[in-house]
Amino acid sequence: MSSIQCDIVSAETEIFSGEVAMVFATGIAGELGIAPQHAPLITLLKPGEVRVELKDGTHQNYYVSGGILEVQPYLVSVLADTATRAEDIDEAAAIQAKEEAERLLKDSDKRQDIAQVQAELSKALAQLHALARLKKNLKR
Amino acid sequence: MAVGSEIVTKIKSVQSTKKVTSALEMVSASKIKKAKDQMLEARPYARQMQKIIGHMAHSSPEYRHPFMKEREIKRVGYVVISTDRGLCGGLNTNLFKKSLAHMREYQDGNIEIDVVTVGNKASNFFKKIAVDLKASIPSLGDNPDLTDLIGVVKVMLDAFGDEKIDRLYLVFNDFVNSITQKPEVQQMLPLKPDKDKQIRDNFDYIYEPEAKEVLEYILGRYVEALVFQGVLENLASEHAARMVAMKNATDNATDLIKDLQLIYNKARQAAITQEISEIVSGAAAV
Repeated sequence: MSSIQCDIVSAETEIFSGEVAMVFATGIAGELGIAPQHAPLITLLKPGEVRVELKDGTHQNYYVSGGILEVQPYLVSVLADTATRAEDIDEAAAIQAKEEAERLLKDSDKRQDIAQVQAELSKALAQLHALARLKKNLKR
Repeated sequence: MAVGSEIVTKIKSVQSTKKVTSALEMVSASKIKKAKDQMLEARPYARQMQKIIGHMAHSSPEYRHPFMKEREIKRVGYVVISTDRGLCGGLNTNLFKKSLAHMREYQDGNIEIDVVTVGNKASNFFKKIAVDLKASIPSLGDNPDLTDLIGVVKVMLDAFGDEKIDRLYLVFNDFVNSITQKPEVQQMLPLKPDKDKQIRDNFDYIYEPEAKEVLEYILGRYVEALVFQGVLENLASEHAARMVAMKNATDNATDLIKDLQLIYNKARQAAITQEISEIVSGAAAV
Protein backbone atom coordinates (compact mmCIF):
# COMPACT_ATOMS: atom_id res chain seq x y z
CA MET A 1 0.00 0.00 0.00
CA SER A 2 1.35 3.39 -0.90
CA SER A 3 1.80 5.99 1.77
CA ILE A 4 2.47 9.68 2.17
CA GLN A 5 4.41 11.72 4.73
CA CYS A 6 2.15 13.72 7.04
CA ASP A 7 3.18 16.46 9.46
CA ILE A 8 0.76 18.07 11.87
CA VAL A 9 2.24 21.06 13.65
CA SER A 10 0.87 23.86 15.80
CA ALA A 11 2.63 27.07 16.76
CA GLU A 12 3.51 25.57 20.12
CA THR A 13 4.59 22.08 19.20
CA GLU A 14 4.80 19.25 16.70
CA ILE A 15 1.68 17.12 17.05
CA PHE A 16 2.20 14.30 14.60
CA SER A 17 4.78 13.28 12.03
CA GLY A 18 4.98 10.05 10.09
CA GLU A 19 4.01 7.96 7.11
CA VAL A 20 0.28 7.59 6.70
CA ALA A 21 -2.12 5.90 4.31
CA MET A 22 -4.72 8.63 4.34
CA VAL A 23 -5.58 11.94 6.00
CA PHE A 24 -9.12 13.11 6.75
CA ALA A 25 -9.99 16.68 7.65
CA THR A 26 -12.81 19.18 7.53
CA GLY A 27 -11.94 21.81 4.97
CA ILE A 28 -13.74 25.10 4.57
CA ALA A 29 -15.54 23.68 1.55
CA GLY A 30 -16.34 20.31 3.08
CA GLU A 31 -14.94 16.96 4.18
CA LEU A 32 -11.63 15.97 2.69
CA GLY A 33 -9.88 12.68 2.35
CA ILE A 34 -6.31 12.94 1.16
CA ALA A 35 -4.84 9.80 -0.31
CA PRO A 36 -1.29 9.51 -1.68
CA GLN A 37 -0.83 11.33 -5.01
CA HIS A 38 -3.60 13.77 -4.34
CA ALA A 39 -3.35 16.93 -6.41
CA PRO A 40 -1.53 19.85 -4.76
CA LEU A 41 -4.01 21.72 -2.62
CA ILE A 42 -4.18 24.41 0.01
CA THR A 43 -7.29 24.80 2.06
CA LEU A 44 -8.32 26.47 5.26
CA LEU A 45 -9.68 24.13 7.89
CA LYS A 46 -12.85 24.38 9.89
CA PRO A 47 -12.77 23.62 13.60
CA GLY A 48 -13.04 19.86 13.86
CA GLU A 49 -11.24 16.62 13.68
CA VAL A 50 -8.13 15.74 11.73
CA ARG A 51 -7.88 12.00 11.39
CA VAL A 52 -4.91 10.09 10.04
CA GLU A 53 -5.03 6.49 8.95
CA LEU A 54 -1.73 4.82 9.61
CA LYS A 55 -0.27 2.17 7.33
CA ASP A 56 -1.46 -0.63 9.60
CA GLY A 57 -5.04 0.57 9.31
CA THR A 58 -5.32 2.15 12.75
CA HIS A 59 -6.62 5.67 13.14
CA GLN A 60 -5.44 8.60 15.18
CA ASN A 61 -7.59 11.62 15.90
CA TYR A 62 -6.58 15.18 16.60
CA TYR A 63 -8.77 18.15 17.25
CA VAL A 64 -7.94 21.45 15.57
CA SER A 65 -9.76 24.72 16.02
CA GLY A 66 -8.80 25.87 12.55
CA GLY A 67 -5.70 26.01 10.42
CA ILE A 68 -4.34 25.22 7.01
CA LEU A 69 -3.99 21.94 5.18
CA GLU A 70 -1.40 21.80 2.46
CA VAL A 71 -0.96 18.93 0.03
CA GLN A 72 2.21 18.56 -1.97
CA PRO A 73 3.00 15.55 -4.16
CA TYR A 74 4.91 13.78 -1.39
CA LEU A 75 3.77 15.58 1.71
CA VAL A 76 0.66 16.55 3.57
CA SER A 77 1.10 19.20 6.23
CA VAL A 78 -1.46 20.52 8.63
CA LEU A 79 -0.72 23.82 10.33
CA ALA A 80 -3.14 23.65 13.19
CA ASP A 81 -4.56 26.38 15.38
CA THR A 82 -4.90 25.15 18.92
CA ALA A 83 -6.60 28.21 20.32
CA THR A 84 -10.16 29.10 19.42
CA ARG A 85 -10.02 32.00 17.03
CA ALA A 86 -12.71 34.33 15.93
CA GLU A 87 -12.64 37.86 14.58
CA ASP A 88 -14.35 39.29 17.67
CA ILE A 89 -12.08 37.42 20.10
CA ASP A 90 -9.02 38.73 18.27
CA GLU A 91 -10.52 42.20 18.24
CA ALA A 92 -11.11 42.06 22.00
CA ALA A 93 -7.51 41.01 22.56
CA ALA A 94 -6.28 43.91 20.41
CA ILE A 95 -8.42 46.38 22.34
CA GLN A 96 -7.11 45.01 25.61
CA ALA A 97 -3.51 45.42 24.44
CA LYS A 98 -4.24 49.00 23.38
CA GLU A 99 -5.82 49.81 26.73
CA GLU A 100 -2.79 48.44 28.53
CA ALA A 101 -0.60 50.85 26.57
CA GLU A 102 -2.89 53.76 27.40
CA ARG A 103 -2.79 52.83 31.06
CA LEU A 104 1.01 52.79 30.96
CA LEU A 105 1.17 56.16 29.26
CA LYS A 106 -1.21 57.73 31.73
CA ASP A 107 1.13 57.44 34.68
CA SER A 108 4.19 58.68 32.87
CA ASP A 109 4.14 62.29 31.74
CA LYS A 110 7.82 62.72 31.04
CA ARG A 111 8.68 61.68 27.50
CA GLN A 112 12.37 61.60 26.87
CA ASP A 113 14.17 62.01 23.63
CA ILE A 114 15.59 58.87 22.04
CA ALA A 115 19.06 60.42 21.76
CA GLN A 116 19.07 61.32 25.44
CA VAL A 117 18.04 57.85 26.60
CA GLN A 118 20.50 56.31 24.21
CA ALA A 119 23.32 58.27 25.83
CA GLU A 120 22.19 57.21 29.30
CA LEU A 121 22.07 53.57 28.27
CA SER A 122 25.56 53.78 26.80
CA LYS A 123 26.77 55.24 30.06
CA ALA A 124 25.18 52.46 32.10
CA LEU A 125 26.68 49.81 29.85
CA ALA A 126 30.11 51.44 29.97
CA GLN A 127 29.92 51.40 33.76
CA LEU A 128 29.08 47.69 33.70
CA HIS A 129 32.04 47.01 31.42
CA ALA A 130 34.37 49.08 33.58
CA LEU A 131 33.29 47.19 36.68
CA ALA A 132 33.89 43.85 35.00
CA ARG A 133 37.34 44.96 33.84
CA LEU A 134 38.22 46.30 37.27
CA LYS A 135 37.26 43.02 38.86
CA LYS A 136 39.40 41.08 36.43
CA ASN A 137 42.41 43.26 37.14
CA LEU A 138 41.96 42.96 40.89
CA LYS A 139 41.92 39.19 40.71
CA ARG A 140 45.19 39.09 38.84
CA MET B 1 32.30 39.48 72.25
CA ALA B 2 32.04 43.03 71.11
CA VAL B 3 35.01 42.92 68.76
CA GLY B 4 34.04 43.52 65.15
CA SER B 5 30.32 43.02 65.68
CA GLU B 6 29.66 45.30 62.70
CA ILE B 7 31.75 42.98 60.57
CA VAL B 8 29.79 39.95 61.76
CA THR B 9 26.53 41.67 60.87
CA LYS B 10 27.91 42.56 57.45
CA ILE B 11 29.07 38.98 56.85
CA LYS B 12 25.63 37.69 57.77
CA SER B 13 23.94 40.08 55.38
CA VAL B 14 26.26 39.15 52.52
CA GLN B 15 25.64 35.51 53.29
CA SER B 16 21.90 35.89 52.98
CA THR B 17 22.34 37.80 49.72
CA LYS B 18 24.47 34.95 48.50
CA LYS B 19 21.72 32.49 49.35
CA VAL B 20 19.26 34.47 47.24
CA THR B 21 21.56 34.79 44.24
CA SER B 22 22.52 31.13 44.24
CA ALA B 23 18.86 30.15 44.54
CA LEU B 24 18.00 32.37 41.56
CA GLU B 25 20.85 30.80 39.64
CA MET B 26 19.50 27.33 40.29
CA VAL B 27 15.95 28.30 39.39
CA SER B 28 17.10 29.64 36.04
CA ALA B 29 19.30 26.60 35.47
CA SER B 30 16.28 24.35 35.83
CA LYS B 31 14.01 26.54 33.71
CA ILE B 32 16.37 27.00 30.81
CA LYS B 33 16.03 23.39 29.73
CA LYS B 34 12.29 23.72 29.34
CA ALA B 35 12.57 27.08 27.60
CA LYS B 36 15.03 25.63 25.12
CA ASP B 37 12.78 22.65 24.39
CA GLN B 38 9.81 24.92 23.84
CA MET B 39 11.86 27.03 21.47
CA LEU B 40 12.85 24.03 19.38
CA GLU B 41 9.33 22.62 19.33
CA ALA B 42 7.88 25.83 17.94
CA ARG B 43 10.29 25.98 15.02
CA PRO B 44 8.64 23.56 12.56
CA TYR B 45 5.45 25.63 12.37
CA ALA B 46 7.14 28.84 11.25
CA ARG B 47 9.42 26.92 8.91
CA GLN B 48 6.50 25.14 7.31
CA MET B 49 4.72 28.44 6.79
CA GLN B 50 7.79 29.96 5.27
CA LYS B 51 7.87 27.12 2.76
CA ILE B 52 4.23 27.57 1.81
CA ILE B 53 4.56 31.33 1.46
CA GLY B 54 7.69 30.94 -0.62
CA HIS B 55 5.94 28.46 -2.81
CA MET B 56 2.84 30.58 -3.24
CA ALA B 57 4.90 33.63 -4.10
CA HIS B 58 6.53 31.65 -6.88
CA SER B 59 3.54 29.80 -8.19
CA SER B 60 0.92 32.54 -8.22
CA PRO B 61 2.75 35.68 -9.20
CA GLU B 62 -0.41 37.32 -10.54
CA TYR B 63 -1.43 38.21 -7.00
CA ARG B 64 0.79 40.16 -4.66
CA HIS B 65 -0.49 40.62 -1.15
CA PRO B 66 0.15 44.07 0.40
CA PHE B 67 2.23 42.32 3.08
CA MET B 68 4.71 41.39 0.38
CA LYS B 69 5.01 44.76 -1.34
CA GLU B 70 7.65 47.33 -0.48
CA ARG B 71 6.29 50.84 -0.25
CA GLU B 72 7.59 54.26 0.58
CA ILE B 73 8.33 54.51 4.29
CA LYS B 74 6.50 57.15 6.25
CA ARG B 75 6.09 55.36 9.54
CA VAL B 76 7.64 52.21 10.96
CA GLY B 77 6.46 49.80 13.62
CA TYR B 78 8.40 47.78 16.15
CA VAL B 79 7.39 44.81 18.26
CA VAL B 80 9.82 44.86 21.19
CA ILE B 81 10.10 41.76 23.34
CA SER B 82 11.78 42.01 26.73
CA THR B 83 11.94 40.02 29.92
CA ASP B 84 9.42 40.54 32.71
CA ARG B 85 11.94 40.67 35.49
CA GLY B 86 15.40 42.10 35.97
CA LEU B 87 18.51 40.53 37.49
CA CYS B 88 19.66 39.22 34.15
CA GLY B 89 22.77 41.29 33.52
CA GLY B 90 22.82 43.63 30.56
CA LEU B 91 20.31 41.62 28.55
CA ASN B 92 17.53 44.21 28.37
CA THR B 93 19.88 47.19 28.37
CA ASN B 94 21.70 45.84 25.34
CA LEU B 95 18.40 45.14 23.60
CA PHE B 96 17.03 48.63 24.23
CA LYS B 97 20.26 50.21 23.12
CA LYS B 98 20.18 48.30 19.85
CA SER B 99 16.52 49.12 19.21
CA LEU B 100 17.02 52.81 20.00
CA ALA B 101 19.96 53.01 17.62
CA HIS B 102 17.77 51.41 14.94
CA MET B 103 14.85 53.75 15.66
CA ARG B 104 17.03 56.82 15.69
CA GLU B 105 18.07 56.27 12.11
CA TYR B 106 14.43 56.51 11.11
CA GLN B 107 13.69 59.40 13.43
CA ASP B 108 16.58 61.39 12.01
CA GLY B 109 14.93 60.99 8.63
CA ASN B 110 11.69 62.38 10.08
CA ILE B 111 9.98 59.01 10.03
CA GLU B 112 7.61 58.38 12.90
CA ILE B 113 7.81 55.33 15.09
CA ASP B 114 5.13 53.09 16.56
CA VAL B 115 6.01 50.59 19.23
CA VAL B 116 4.18 47.69 20.81
CA THR B 117 5.80 45.95 23.73
CA VAL B 118 5.76 42.46 25.15
CA GLY B 119 7.08 42.08 28.69
CA ASN B 120 7.26 44.38 31.72
CA LYS B 121 10.70 45.80 31.15
CA ALA B 122 9.99 46.98 27.61
CA SER B 123 6.64 48.46 28.65
CA ASN B 124 8.19 50.45 31.45
CA PHE B 125 11.06 51.56 29.26
CA PHE B 126 9.16 52.66 26.19
CA LYS B 127 6.45 54.52 28.05
CA LYS B 128 9.10 57.05 28.97
CA ILE B 129 10.40 57.55 25.46
CA ALA B 130 9.21 59.87 22.75
CA VAL B 131 7.74 57.21 20.49
CA ASP B 132 4.14 56.14 19.99
CA LEU B 133 3.37 53.24 22.29
CA LYS B 134 0.43 51.61 20.58
CA ALA B 135 -0.19 48.46 22.58
CA SER B 136 1.38 46.37 25.26
CA ILE B 137 1.25 43.03 27.00
CA PRO B 138 2.47 43.30 30.56
CA SER B 139 3.81 39.84 31.22
CA LEU B 140 3.73 36.36 29.76
CA GLY B 141 5.29 34.37 32.57
CA ASP B 142 7.32 31.22 32.12
CA ASN B 143 4.80 29.48 29.91
CA PRO B 144 4.09 31.89 27.09
CA ASP B 145 1.02 31.07 25.09
CA LEU B 146 0.38 32.17 21.54
CA THR B 147 -3.09 33.30 22.57
CA ASP B 148 -1.59 36.04 24.74
CA LEU B 149 0.14 37.57 21.74
CA ILE B 150 -2.84 37.81 19.42
CA GLY B 151 -3.74 41.30 20.64
CA VAL B 152 -0.45 43.09 20.07
CA VAL B 153 0.17 41.34 16.78
CA LYS B 154 -3.27 42.27 15.51
CA VAL B 155 -2.72 45.93 16.35
CA MET B 156 0.38 45.96 14.17
CA LEU B 157 -1.07 43.81 11.38
CA ASP B 158 -4.10 46.10 11.15
CA ALA B 159 -1.84 49.15 11.12
CA PHE B 160 0.18 47.64 8.30
CA GLY B 161 -2.94 46.61 6.42
CA ASP B 162 -4.36 50.13 6.71
CA GLU B 163 -1.01 51.54 5.55
CA LYS B 164 -0.51 53.34 8.86
CA ILE B 165 2.90 51.76 9.10
CA ASP B 166 5.03 50.78 6.15
CA ARG B 167 7.49 48.46 7.77
CA LEU B 168 7.38 46.18 10.80
CA TYR B 169 10.33 45.02 12.84
CA LEU B 170 10.66 42.47 15.60
CA VAL B 171 13.18 43.17 18.36
CA PHE B 172 14.23 40.34 20.67
CA ASN B 173 17.22 38.56 22.16
CA ASP B 174 18.35 35.76 19.91
CA PHE B 175 19.40 32.70 21.89
CA VAL B 176 22.71 31.68 20.29
CA ASN B 177 23.81 29.42 23.12
CA SER B 178 23.84 29.45 26.91
CA ILE B 179 26.70 31.96 27.01
CA THR B 180 25.83 34.17 24.05
CA GLN B 181 22.58 36.04 23.48
CA LYS B 182 22.39 38.54 20.67
CA PRO B 183 19.96 41.46 20.49
CA GLU B 184 18.31 41.17 17.10
CA VAL B 185 16.22 43.51 14.95
CA GLN B 186 14.41 41.46 12.35
CA GLN B 187 12.22 42.75 9.53
CA MET B 188 8.85 41.01 9.49
CA LEU B 189 6.84 43.07 7.02
CA PRO B 190 6.95 43.46 4.14
CA LEU B 191 8.14 39.91 3.76
CA LYS B 192 11.58 39.63 2.33
CA PRO B 193 11.62 37.06 -0.44
CA ASP B 194 14.11 34.27 0.11
CA LYS B 195 16.71 34.76 -2.52
CA ASP B 196 18.83 31.73 -1.78
CA LYS B 197 15.93 29.34 -1.83
CA GLN B 198 15.10 28.27 -5.33
CA ILE B 199 11.80 26.55 -5.61
CA ARG B 200 11.79 24.47 -8.71
CA ASP B 201 8.68 22.40 -8.32
CA ASN B 202 6.39 23.62 -11.01
CA PHE B 203 3.03 22.87 -9.52
CA ASP B 204 0.33 25.22 -8.49
CA TYR B 205 -2.10 24.53 -5.73
CA ILE B 206 -5.82 24.17 -5.87
CA TYR B 207 -7.00 26.86 -3.50
CA GLU B 208 -9.99 26.53 -1.24
CA PRO B 209 -11.25 29.25 -0.95
CA GLU B 210 -9.45 31.83 -3.15
CA ALA B 211 -5.66 32.23 -3.17
CA LYS B 212 -6.05 35.72 -1.75
CA GLU B 213 -7.93 34.59 1.33
CA VAL B 214 -5.60 31.69 1.97
CA LEU B 215 -2.56 33.92 1.67
CA GLU B 216 -4.09 36.53 3.92
CA TYR B 217 -4.72 33.90 6.57
CA ILE B 218 -1.26 32.40 6.28
CA LEU B 219 0.56 35.74 6.41
CA GLY B 220 -1.27 36.77 9.58
CA ARG B 221 -0.47 33.47 11.24
CA TYR B 222 3.09 33.68 10.02
CA VAL B 223 3.71 37.02 11.69
CA GLU B 224 2.18 35.66 14.89
CA ALA B 225 4.44 32.64 14.70
CA LEU B 226 7.50 34.86 14.23
CA VAL B 227 6.59 36.94 17.27
CA PHE B 228 5.91 33.82 19.30
CA GLN B 229 9.26 32.40 18.24
CA GLY B 230 10.88 35.66 19.34
CA VAL B 231 9.19 35.43 22.73
CA LEU B 232 10.52 31.90 23.22
CA GLU B 233 14.04 32.85 22.12
CA ASN B 234 13.91 35.78 24.50
CA LEU B 235 12.74 33.59 27.37
CA ALA B 236 15.59 31.13 26.86
CA SER B 237 17.99 34.09 26.65
CA GLU B 238 16.60 35.51 29.88
CA HIS B 239 17.25 32.34 31.82
CA ALA B 240 20.72 31.93 30.33
CA ALA B 241 21.65 35.54 31.11
CA ARG B 242 20.24 35.34 34.61
CA MET B 243 22.18 32.16 35.27
CA VAL B 244 25.45 33.85 34.33
CA ALA B 245 24.63 37.09 36.18
CA MET B 246 23.62 35.27 39.34
CA LYS B 247 26.67 33.01 39.18
CA ASN B 248 28.84 36.13 39.08
CA ALA B 249 26.95 37.64 41.98
CA THR B 250 27.34 34.46 44.03
CA ASP B 251 31.08 34.39 43.28
CA ASN B 252 31.39 38.02 44.27
CA ALA B 253 29.57 37.35 47.53
CA THR B 254 31.91 34.44 48.27
CA ASP B 255 34.95 36.66 47.69
CA LEU B 256 33.46 39.39 49.84
CA ILE B 257 32.72 36.98 52.69
CA LYS B 258 36.26 35.66 52.51
CA ASP B 259 37.72 39.17 52.72
CA LEU B 260 35.41 40.19 55.55
CA GLN B 261 36.19 37.04 57.48
CA LEU B 262 39.89 37.82 57.17
CA ILE B 263 39.38 41.36 58.43
CA TYR B 264 37.26 40.04 61.28
CA ASN B 265 39.87 37.44 62.28
CA LYS B 266 42.62 40.05 62.23
CA ALA B 267 40.59 42.42 64.38
CA ARG B 268 39.82 39.67 66.85
CA GLN B 269 43.47 38.63 66.95
CA ALA B 270 44.55 42.23 67.57
CA ALA B 271 42.04 42.61 70.38
CA ILE B 272 43.23 39.42 72.08
CA THR B 273 46.87 40.41 71.72
CA GLN B 274 46.12 43.79 73.20
CA GLU B 275 44.22 42.27 76.10
CA ILE B 276 47.07 39.89 76.88
CA SER B 277 49.66 42.62 76.77
CA GLU B 278 47.48 44.73 79.05
CA ILE B 279 47.18 41.90 81.55
CA VAL B 280 50.89 41.14 81.37
CA SER B 281 51.89 44.77 81.85
CA GLY B 282 49.31 45.11 84.63
CA ALA B 283 50.75 42.06 86.38
CA ALA B 284 54.29 43.43 86.01
CA ALA B 285 53.22 46.71 87.60
CA VAL B 286 51.86 44.97 90.72
